Amino acid sequence: MPPLVELRNVSKYFGGNPKKNKSVTTALDDMTFILEADFPHIITVAGESGSGKTTMLMLLLGFYEPSEGEVLFNGKNIWKMDREETKDFRRSVQAIFQDPFAVYNPFYKVDNLLSIPIKNFGITKNKDEARSIMENALRRVGLRPEETLGRYPHQLSGGQRQRIAVARALVLHPKLLLADEPVSMVDASLRATLLKQIRDLNQELQIPVLYITHDLTTAYHVSDYIMVLYRGSVMEAGDVEKVIRDPQHPYTRLLVNSIPWPDPSLLWGQTAEVVRGKTILENNGCKFANRCPHMTEICLQSPPPLYRVHEGQVAACYLYQGCNQIEKANLSEMFPNRPNTTQEHSMDVLQA
Amino acid sequence: MTDNKVILEINDLKTHFHVEAGIVKAVDGVDLRLNSGIKLGLVGESGSGKSTIALSLMRMIRQNGTISGQILLDGVDLLKLSQEEMRRVRLSQLSMIPQGAMNSLNPVMRIGDQVTDGLIDHGQSMNKKEKENIVGELFKIVELPPKVMHMYPHELSGGMKQRVCVAIAISMRPKVLIADEPTSALDVVIQRQVMETITRLVNDMNLSMLLIGHDMGLMAQSVDVLAVMYAGHMMEMGGVKEMFADPLHPYTIALIESLPILGSRGVFKGIPGIPPSVINPPPGCPFHNRCNRMMPEICPVQAAPYREVKPGRWVSCHLYN
Repeated sequence: MPPLVELRNVSKYFGGNPKKNKSVTTALDDMTFILEADFPHIITVAGESGSGKTTMLMLLLGFYEPSEGEVLFNGKNIWKMDREETKDFRRSVQAIFQDPFAVYNPFYKVDNLLSIPIKNFGITKNKDEARSIMENALRRVGLRPEETLGRYPHQLSGGQRQRIAVARALVLHPKLLLADEPVSMVDASLRATLLKQIRDLNQELQIPVLYITHDLTTAYHVSDYIMVLYRGSVMEAGDVEKVIRDPQHPYTRLLVNSIPWPDPSLLWGQTAEVVRGKTILENNGCKFANRCPHMTEICLQSPPPLYRVHEGQVAACYLYQGCNQIEKANLSEMFPNRPNTTQEHSMDVLQA
Repeated sequence: MTDNKVILEINDLKTHFHVEAGIVKAVDGVDLRLNSGIKLGLVGESGSGKSTIALSLMRMIRQNGTISGQILLDGVDLLKLSQEEMRRVRLSQLSMIPQGAMNSLNPVMRIGDQVTDGLIDHGQSMNKKEKENIVGELFKIVELPPKVMHMYPHELSGGMKQRVCVAIAISMRPKVLIADEPTSALDVVIQRQVMETITRLVNDMNLSMLLIGHDMGLMAQSVDVLAVMYAGHMMEMGGVKEMFADPLHPYTIALIESLPILGSRGVFKGIPGIPPSVINPPPGCPFHNRCNRMMPEICPVQAAPYREVKPGRWVSCHLYN
């Protein structure tokens, strides 16, 4: 069986062809990534702005056409599908976006966000049935339908609106959920609840989730695996516990050391490996070289391959030359489909 | 370095806005004391009134708002000053780093001119050479290269723009610096660099700072004293270490428990419910309908007084009567 989605040697350039023009932005650089259908895990795609994480999402949703390579859904190129296949793809890959305000039309009741997909994808023609589908989806994300349906977006809080956006994805029974910074605009007290809901859905419905974020604290909590992007390339990938607790790539170390942990005893301290971003030297080697405290000659010559620094953790860095390499195309090996080993996700929401 | 002199004292501050639907009690009776040389963090959810406090201090709220109470900056009540007197206080004694540096600089004016604009308005005269010296000195403090003064905002990155805003805010060495989410639009790495610059210069120049934000992580990293707001009220205040180690108010407890920390992966503790409306708010403690230790006979009826339960530790909760 072909994988659910696959990025096959996908690159995305903005502004032309990099071979002809030096000023072209390479947003995603020769990425190969496979996601199987039966994969109930959450993978974080992390990086700073400009790392290519949103480009990856847009490619997966079919909003951007790849400059090179192919995006496949069930083994078919999504840009060469017929009408029926496209419809199936659009229905199966659902997204939750960052801004819980911008996804609503302020003139329509929030019901619209749920009823339109039901109508457009022909889930049901029966009005009562549509209503009960909507109500079930809302209950699933912890909302009371009678307090939500019939309201206008401005009458609901950001957290509620974001949960309705999750419910909207649910009514379509997606096979893949893409969450682009879903909690960055939600208040701290509601963040945990929303993340827990995404986690629960992932577990109960057994669907893979790609969690796209620059916030490594929430990434650490919600996901099983992580890949860290920098200027369009994977710097480090693997088990989230290993990558966040013991980052190997100098870039990941920089990111992890910059996390403001909410703990006055874990201060940003002398752990700093902060090298100010100098002007970006174009080189054919490692993209992080000019910010890297460990830069050597070899880093400027050719891009480092992925080295398996530990079981379940790879880093694209010449510091680990002694380790075994893995092919870039086999990145997905780092995300094995295994029974969930993290602590049980306790239903620890405080009682009202 | 830090003496116990109170530099900023807020007594029973009420900032209300009159709208069609009623009165928005954005800030409803807040007391706060900021000692000289201290960095105080003010946290709260959106709509809790933390930014309104900042704007009230600057007296820059909208026309439909009224401010009452007392704001004593080094003994002078800002609410009693005339518009012109207040204008002279801004920047020179009390200045603010606004939220979202991207939007607060003038896109058609060179950075150097924007930095000295306030100085000139406050009556400093300078020739071109002096101007370059002044801006150069400020840029050294905020770690910007001098050539930035001849550039326009669109040529700078977000972190650099935020540093320019910091340079403007400290250009007259104010007594109190208000920073309203100074890093909310920045990436983690840049956030850390900017925040480290701000805390370093606050310490070096012996300023007092009011840091406003919702990110408890950033607070833990940067401030000495932490104050927690909820729905226009002050809930709790204390030293940042004690607040994290031993929070007293149920809201603070729940807020701290909801934070992702190293070591407890996959445990999510949210706070159920949503904050009350600040338009015609219900009586009683604003947190009572989300509180897991609510006492039905008193909490929904009467708001708890805000008082000092142990030295330096203030809390507004009936549990600590």
